[in-house]
Amino acid sequence: MASVLDEVPKRGVEKQIVLPWSRALQMTRENIFVRLGRSAITASGIFLGISFLSAVLFGAAATEVLAAKQLEEIGVETSEVETQARVIWLAGMSLLVATVGIVNSMLMSVTERYKEIGTMKCLGALDSFIVRLFLLEAGLLGILGSALGAVAGTGVMTLVYAGRLGWGGALSSWGERALQLGGWAVPLWVAILVSVAIGGILSLAAALYPAWRAAKMPPAAALRSEF
Amino acid sequence: MSVYEYIVRTKDLSRVYTMGGTEVKALDDVALDIRRGEYVSIMGPSGSGKSTLFNMIGGLDKPTRGTVFIDEVDMAQLTASELAFLRCRKIGYIFQTFNLIPVMTALENVTLPMVFAGLTTEDALEKGAELLSTVGLGDRRDHKPTELSGGQQQRVAVARALANDPAIILADEPTGNLDLRTGKEIIDLLRQMNEEKKVTVISATHDLKMIDVSDRVVWIRDGKIERIEEREDIQVQVGVMEGEEE
Repeated sequence: MASVLDEVPKRGVEKQIVLPWSRALQMTRENIFVRLGRSAITASGIFLGISFLSAVLFGAAATEVLAAKQLEEIGVETSEVETQARVIWLAGMSLLVATVGIVNSMLMSVTERYKEIGTMKCLGALDSFIVRLFLLEAGLLGILGSALGAVAGTGVMTLVYAGRLGWGGALSSWGERALQLGGWAVPLWVAILVSVAIGGILSLAAALYPAWRAAKMPPAAALRSEF
Repeated sequence: MSVYEYIVRTKDLSRVYTMGGTEVKALDDVALDIRRGEYVSIMGPSGSGKSTLFNMIGGLDKPTRGTVFIDEVDMAQLTASELAFLRCRKIGYIFQTFNLIPVMTALENVTLPMVFAGLTTEDALEKGAELLSTVGLGDRRDHKPTELSGGQQQRVAVARALANDPAIILADEPTGNLDLRTGKEIIDLLRQMNEEKKVTVISATHDLKMIDVSDRVVWIRDGKIERIEEREDIQVQVGVMEGEEE
């Protein structure tokens, strides 16, 4: 009698059940676009946080330009230079708010898909597939939300400062110091790139726990949940 | 009576849930042997434990006590990846609420287990299209679940359950959300697959239409097996039911 388990791999060999990255990406893309409203809400927390952060950083860099300009034109130092303590405080708060927002929406977005997760496990998905799919989705949404947030935040601030510094002056802020970290004056463009990366990482971190918990659930329990 | 080859055996199978401090025995020392290739209905009122039994046989939940053997292999001894392999390749699941992945088309739903099983995209698409034709949905492959009727969704689910040529199809109230006629069509489809593909069908249900096609009916009540009827014993009912067919 042939056992149905004859084909089961020897312990340690787990190549039998697979989810190719290309297919995982395709599934993630479908998930994001089919549930566009949900995805937008999930991404909006990180979008708002990073756009606020970018605006703060841009403001700090732009006031440096402003100070230099005033020093050159009328020979006085402006009192408008953003103090570094204030910049760091505002940056920290915006990241905190963004984190709370994304954790909340990730929890929701995983919880409302428990049944789908249970079904996938019935079809043979390993726990790691579930985690992978949610992390891919969170990472993509996080990077996309952060990038759009950075564009929005710096875009608005460019318009604001264009009135006082001219377009050239406003754009030159990109090379100015936005943040002072010890001995390193971080130029605006570096600070913005790092902010976008932080947005992506925060989003991943927020998805990790709910996705892991959902993946560990026995399928029967996941299937029972109604949403 | 000949000696049967058993594909599923349960021994002293018990599952106790703790609800608000009190213990509820959903399954109580169930011993059930299911023969390879047969069509078994597990009948009983809601709350009788049949869905719990479904979950245990399908490896979707762990028993409190006792053992489930699939082809003489103790399911509790399997590693997580072996269990996933079993769910992917050897068991096809059908649910009352269809449980198609909502963002995927019919064809993508059917091919998903094949992707997990490592088939190439072309092979999976070809086989998926073939299976959808088999269940009568050849022209609906690019429809999303929301664009399909309940009966059509359940047909997609049947096709998906058959994706990796499983030895067992496990169905939990497959007709529970369908009207009489559509329910009958799904039952007939399951029976047809049982006969053509020699797949063992185990269906938890309280739909009496199911008796019609079953080789054996297991009546379960309060977590215990009440009685098991062979097809010969239920011939009379079968005659009556067949007379009602349109």
